[in-house]
Amino acid sequence: MNVQDYTELSQGIEELTVLAMERGLDFFTMHYEVCPADIIYTIGAYGMPTRFSHWSFGKVFSRMKMEYDFSLSKIYELVINSDPCYAFLLENNSLLQNKLIVAHVLGHSDFFKNNVYFSLTNRDMVQMMSLYANQIKEMEFAYGLDEVEHCLDAILAIQEHIDPWRVFHDGTRQGLKSKRNGTSPRNHHTVDGQELSGANVRSGKEHESQQAKEDTGEQYGYEEKDLLLFIAENSRKLKEWQKQLIYMLREEMYYFWPQIETKIMNEGWATYWHIRLMREIDLSEAELIEFSKANAKIIRPSQQGINPYFLGLKIFEALEQEYGEAFLFEARETYNDLSFLRNFLTKDLIAKSDMYLYGWRKQGYVITNKEWNEVKKKLLQQKVNGGFPYLVVLDGDYHGSGELLIKHKHEGMDLDRHYVEKTLPYVRSLWGKPVHLETVINGTAKRYTCQKSENIILN
Amino acid sequence: MEPLFTISRDDWSLHRKGHLDQERHKQKVKEAIKKNLADIVSEESIIMSGGKDIIKVPIRSIKQFKFRFNDKDQEQVGQGSGDSSVGDIIDKAKKGQVDQAGEAPGEDYYETEINIDELAELIFADLHLPNLKPKQHNELTDKEVEFNDIRKKGIMSNIDKKRTIIESFKRQARGNVFTAQSSVPEINITPDDLRFKTWDMKEKPITNAIVLAMMDTSASMGTFEKYIARSFYFWMVRFLRSKYQQVEILFLAHDAEAKEVTEEQFFQKGESGGTKCSSVYRLANEIIDERYSPEFYNNYAFHFSDGDNWPSDNHLTIKYATELVGKCSMTGYGEINPRGSVSTLMEVVKEVKDPAFITCTIREKEDVYSALKTFFGTQLPQ
Repeated sequence: MNVQDYTELSQGIEELTVLAMERGLDFFTMHYEVCPADIIYTIGAYGMPTRFSHWSFGKVFSRMKMEYDFSLSKIYELVINSDPCYAFLLENNSLLQNKLIVAHVLGHSDFFKNNVYFSLTNRDMVQMMSLYANQIKEMEFAYGLDEVEHCLDAILAIQEHIDPWRVFHDGTRQGLKSKRNGTSPRNHHTVDGQELSGANVRSGKEHESQQAKEDTGEQYGYEEKDLLLFIAENSRKLKEWQKQLIYMLREEMYYFWPQIETKIMNEGWATYWHIRLMREIDLSEAELIEFSKANAKIIRPSQQGINPYFLGLKIFEALEQEYGEAFLFEARETYNDLSFLRNFLTKDLIAKSDMYLYGWRKQGYVITNKEWNEVKKKLLQQKVNGGFPYLVVLDGDYHGSGELLIKHKHEGMDLDRHYVEKTLPYVRSLWGKPVHLETVINGTAKRYTCQKSENIILN
Repeated sequence: MEPLFTISRDDWSLHRKGHLDQERHKQKVKEAIKKNLADIVSEESIIMSGGKDIIKVPIRSIKQFKFRFNDKDQEQVGQGSGDSSVGDIIDKAKKGQVDQAGEAPGEDYYETEINIDELAELIFADLHLPNLKPKQHNELTDKEVEFNDIRKKGIMSNIDKKRTIIESFKRQARGNVFTAQSSVPEINITPDDLRFKTWDMKEKPITNAIVLAMMDTSASMGTFEKYIARSFYFWMVRFLRSKYQQVEILFLAHDAEAKEVTEEQFFQKGESGGTKCSSVYRLANEIIDERYSPEFYNNYAFHFSDGDNWPSDNHLTIKYATELVGKCSMTGYGEINPRGSVSTLMEVVKEVKDPAFITCTIREKEDVYSALKTFFGTQLPQ
C-alpha cells in the first residue's frame, strides 16, 4: 500500500464514518489496522490479536490460511468488540473492498455498543486476553507445556458450559447460585481482571466448602448451569493454577458468548448498513459493479445451512418496511437471535427465502420439508443456549463420595454419543472423581459414567 | 475533539503465533500418525504411489471433542435459490457411501499430507539392522564431498547466499545506514560480504546391501498375499536405503521352479502351479555364491509364502535355507496366512535354529508393521 492508497483509504473511511453518524449509528471510536493476510488469519483463528497458545488455534489458522492461499475464501471483515473498536483491513484488498469492510464494521461497532446482550462484556478484553496469554505462558514455564496443554484441552472441551444469564439472577457473574430455598449467597471471589490473584481466590475458601456441601447435598436442591465455575470451585483435584486457567477461559467465554447469541442479528445489521452506506457514497461505475459482486457473494444463500448475513439482512429489511427505521434501532438494542427469529421470522420470509429442512437419505442430502413452522421451529431449536446442549450439575457429592452428577436437559435432540464418550474423560480429569451424565437416547433415559480415565459405561 | 477513527500499519513481521501453534498441531498430527502406523504401513495409496514425495495418509483427526448434538439423524435448515421442492437432492451420496460419513466412531478419519521420508522416519524410528557384521574387505572406498567450512574466497557457484546476506545486513547495521522510512535493510552486497562454502574430500567405505526378495507365486497365492509381500518389501527397501549407500533388490519368484524376475513380473506374475520352496532357496544360494560374496556384501533374504509347500520338498527346503542363513546378515520367512492356521512349512522352517533366521506370521494388512518390527526390531546376539 503506497502513500496515495493510504490517503485514499483514509478519506474513504472519513466519508463513511461521518455518513454513518448522520444516519444514526452510534459506534465506538474506531481503530483500523492495515495488515497482511497472515495476520488477519492469525487473529481470525484466535479471535483476538493476542490470545493464549493452543494447537487448536493452529489448526484453524492453517485451514484458513490454506483456503486463502488457494483463494477459496477471504475473510471479509475482522472486528473486535472493544472500546476503541479494532477492525483489521487486508493490505492487498482493493480500496473498494476496504471501504465495504469499513461500512460493515461500523455496523458491528454500533451493535457491540448498543445491544443489551453486549452490555456486560469487558471492553478491555484485548488487554485482558493478552494478560491471560502471558500468565498462561508463565504457567507453561512453571508446570511444563504438556501439563498446561492437557489442562487446556480439558477446559476447552467444556468451555461453553457457563451460565450466560447469571447476571439476571443476582446482578453479577460471580459465584454459584444459591439453593432454591434460599440460604445466604456465598462469599464469592471475583474473577474479573487483575483481581484474579491467588490470595483472592483463596479467600473465603473454608466457608465455601462448607457451603458446597449444603448446596450439593441430597435431593439436588438446585441445578448449576455453570459447569466451569462449579468445577473450579469444588474440584478437590485441581491445583490453584489449574483453577486460574478455568477462570480465565470462563471469562473469555463470557466475552464471546454474546457474539454466539447474536450472530444472525449482528451480521444482518452490519450487512444492512454496509449496503446502505455504500449506496450513499459516490462510486464510479466500475466500483459499483465490484461492490455489487462482492455484496452478492456475502449474502449468497447456503444450501446446507443458513447464511447469517442473508437471513439477518432480510429480517431487518422486512422490519424497516413494516415498522419504520426507528424500530430497527430498537430491535438491534433489545433482541438476541433467539427472540429476534421467534418474533420476526415470518411465514412470508421463510417462503421468500426458499428455506427448507433437509436430511440424510440413501441418495444423499434430500430436502424433506418446506412447512414454514417446522423450519422455524428447527431454527429456533438450534439457537437455544447458543446451539450447545444444556447441561447442569445436579450433585457434586454424588454417592456421598464426591462424584459429579451432570444432567443433560434433553429438549428433543440426542447427544452425539461418540463425542460424549470422548468428552466425559476430560470432565473426569478436571473433577478428579467419577463423573456421571444423565441424558436421553432414543426416548429412553440413560446414564453415562466415566469411572476411570477412558472407561465409559452406558446404562 | 477526539478523532472518530485512527488507522495504522504496524510491522507484524515478528508476529508468528499462528505459525507456532500450527507447528504444534502438526506435531500432534505426527503423533497421531505414529499411533496409527500399523494402518498406514499397509495403506494402498502409499504402496502404490510409485515413489511420490508427498503422500496422503489417513489419520484419525485431531478433533476437539465437546458435548454436542447428534445432528446426523437431525434435520437441518438450508436455503435454496427460490425453486426448491421437497425431494430435491442437494448433495449426492458419494460412491460406496452407504451411511453418512463419520457415522461409526472408528470412521473419523481425515487425510493429511506427509512427506514420505518423514513417514519413513517415523516407521523406522524403532527399527535397526540386526546382525551387522563388519565386512572384512572394506578397503573398497568412495570419495565423498563434504561441505564443512565457510571462507571469504571461493568460486561463485559455491556462494552461501544466506551468510552473505547476513554479512551485508551486519555491515549496514554497523554503519547505521538504515533509513527511517524503511526498517528493512536493503540488499546491497559488497565483495567483502561474500561468503563461500568450501569442502573437503572424505574417503568413505562403500556399504552395499543386497536384498533377495523371494516370493511364492504359486496358485495358492492370491492378490491379498501378494499385496502384503509388496507392502513389506516397499518399506524394507526404504529402510535399508537409509542404512546403506547402495541397496540392490533382486526378485526371485517361484512356484515349483524359481526364477529371477523383474519387479513388475514379481508382483504381477500370474499364479500357477504347485509349490516347491526349496527351489527358491537354492537359487538364492547360487546367486550369492556367484555374485554377492558375503565378504563384501550385506545380504538380506526374505521369503514370503502362504506356507502351502509340497510335503516331500520340506527336507530340501531346510537344507538350502540353512545354507542361505550362513551367507546372509539376516534371513526371514514371512507366512501370509489369513486363516491363521499353522502350516507345515512353518513347522519345518522353525527347525532352522539360527538367531539370524526370523519367522513371522501375517494374518491381516495391519500385521505388515508388526512384521517389520519382528524382523528389524530385535537386536540379535553378535
